[in-house]
Parts: sequence; C-alpha cells; structure tokens
Amino acid sequence: MKAKVHVTLKRGVLDPQGKAIEHALHTLGFDGVGNVRAGKVIELDLKATDADSARTEVEAMCNKLLANTVIEDYAIELVA
Amino acid sequence: MKAAVILFPGSNRERDAVAALEAASGTRPYEVWHRDTELPKVDLIVVPGGFSYGDYLRAGAMAAHSPIMREVKARADQGVRVLGICNGFQIVTEAGLLPGALMRNAGLKFICRTVTLRVENTDSAFTAKYRKGQIVRYPVAHHDGNYWADAETVKRLEGDGRVAFRYVGDAGEDDPLHNPNGSVRAIAGVFNEKKTVLGLMPHPEDAVVPLHGCLDGKPLFDGLVEALS
Repeated sequence: MKAKVHVTLKRGVLDPQGKAIEHALHTLGFDGVGNVRAGKVIELDLKATDADSARTEVEAMCNKLLANTVIEDYAIELVA
Repeated sequence: MKAAVILFPGSNRERDAVAALEAASGTRPYEVWHRDTELPKVDLIVVPGGFSYGDYLRAGAMAAHSPIMREVKARADQGVRVLGICNGFQIVTEAGLLPGALMRNAGLKFICRTVTLRVENTDSAFTAKYRKGQIVRYPVAHHDGNYWADAETVKRLEGDGRVAFRYVGDAGEDDPLHNPNGSVRAIAGVFNEKKTVLGLMPHPEDAVVPLHGCLDGKPLFDGLVEALS
C-alpha cells in the first residue's frame, strides 16, 4: 500500500512562503488568488495491506517525525 | 565544570562552542558524536549551531531523533544544564525539551549580522552574570529563527519568567523593526520550567574574545562555570 502525507502550516500560523507565492502570482496578473499556503508532500511505500493498520502506522509517523504538530497539520491519503 | 558538545552531521559551530567553554572553564569539553548512546558525567551539555542533516524535513527534526538525544533528554530530566544554540535551539525544541517551534524567518531571508538583545531573566545559571534588563549584542546566522508558540504558551512563558532574551533596539526599546525574524513577542531565547535548559538563536559563543568585536557572550559562559564548578 502507498501513502501520501500532506503537511501544511496550521491556519493561524503565518506562512511567509505562501505569502511570497501569493504576491508573485498577483504580480503575474492572477488577481483572483488569495490565501496561498505552501506545504510538502511525503510519499511512502508501506508493507501493510489493510487501510486501517496503514493509517494507524502513518499517523504515528506523522506525530513522531513527519509533522511538527505545534505548527503543522497533516492529512493522510492512502492509495491501494 | 565539565561539558559535552554534541556533534551531528552538518554541525558547524561546535569549534566555537568548544573554544568558548575551554576558555571559560580551563577544561576542554568532550565532543560526543550523535550516534553514541552514552554521555560522560558532565555538568553541561551544549547542542551547537549548524545545519544538522541539511535542515531536511524541518530544521532540527532529524537530529532530535538521533541516538544521543535520548541520553541528552534523560540528563536534562536529572537537571543537567542543556544549552541549545541556533540549530541546537531548533534541535532541543524539536526534541520536546522546550515549548514552541522555530519557523522560517518572516522575511524569508537568511540573516547574518549582530543583533541587540535584552536579558529578561537572570535567575538561571546561564544568565546569572548579567543584570536584569542588560542590553547585549550577539551575532545571529540563521534562516529558521522565527520562534512561534500559541498564545497560551507565550503567556505562560512570560508569566513564569521563562523568556531569557528578547530582540530589542540599540537603546533597549521594544520595536518590531528590531525583531529580525518575526519571532512572537520578539523572543530570542527561552528556558524550560526549571530554567535548566536554555535555547536561543543568537550566538553567545561568538562574542567572547576581542577578535569577535564584542565580549557580551562571555558572562554567559563565566556564569555557567561559576554555578557548575
């Protein structure tokens, strides 16, 4: 099973990279864009074959290492 | 005073820390590799600056899970003093020894210059040789020094006198213009609850000899030697 982990800064935590990207998009004429947030995607191959145990394992990875839950949120996407 | 300096792949300020400690204490500190699992008996552990693991994932995140950090945490729990400077601040914070997190500088730029700080609390082995409110100048060199903690944590830190240093103007005035990296409440350094762990972004070890152009970091090391010898 494969997993994709999306890590983004929490709402309410200033995201200067997102702000810089937003500013650049405005400069390019994309006036209709706002609230740009930058994050990262981490892809994993897992030995687990069922979704429940895969999710539990990846959640543990997120809490221990992949995300800093003081400032970041994570979302797990499982791909069979 | 016996000290240990922890080395990670990518540490680059360990020599400065070793020199400052040796000059202050007259004893050369141990240098301990991150893969080691044991520490000699020491009074102080320094986690130095640099770019451990190339700042992969988040600054300090990988190093915080190095084998030696389990021992550093165990010693910290016993009350052994721990000083985390720059990347070391990021590492000990990621390891959970200090609250909050260090984020990308608000201006997105790497900052390498001297900053002015106010010593906010002198009730610790690290800051005992300063006067409360004293204005000092240390260099900074970082990309991820933007200290963040939620409002409740910041209130608790300030209420308990756990803000060690704050970025201020040259005359000691509070002014957001002199906050180089966007840190919440201009916090440059924080203590743990017992004030036995200090993390700070600026480099006191680079302000200890005349050639540095500034001696303001010397009292920090002299104070540690006095308290821990």
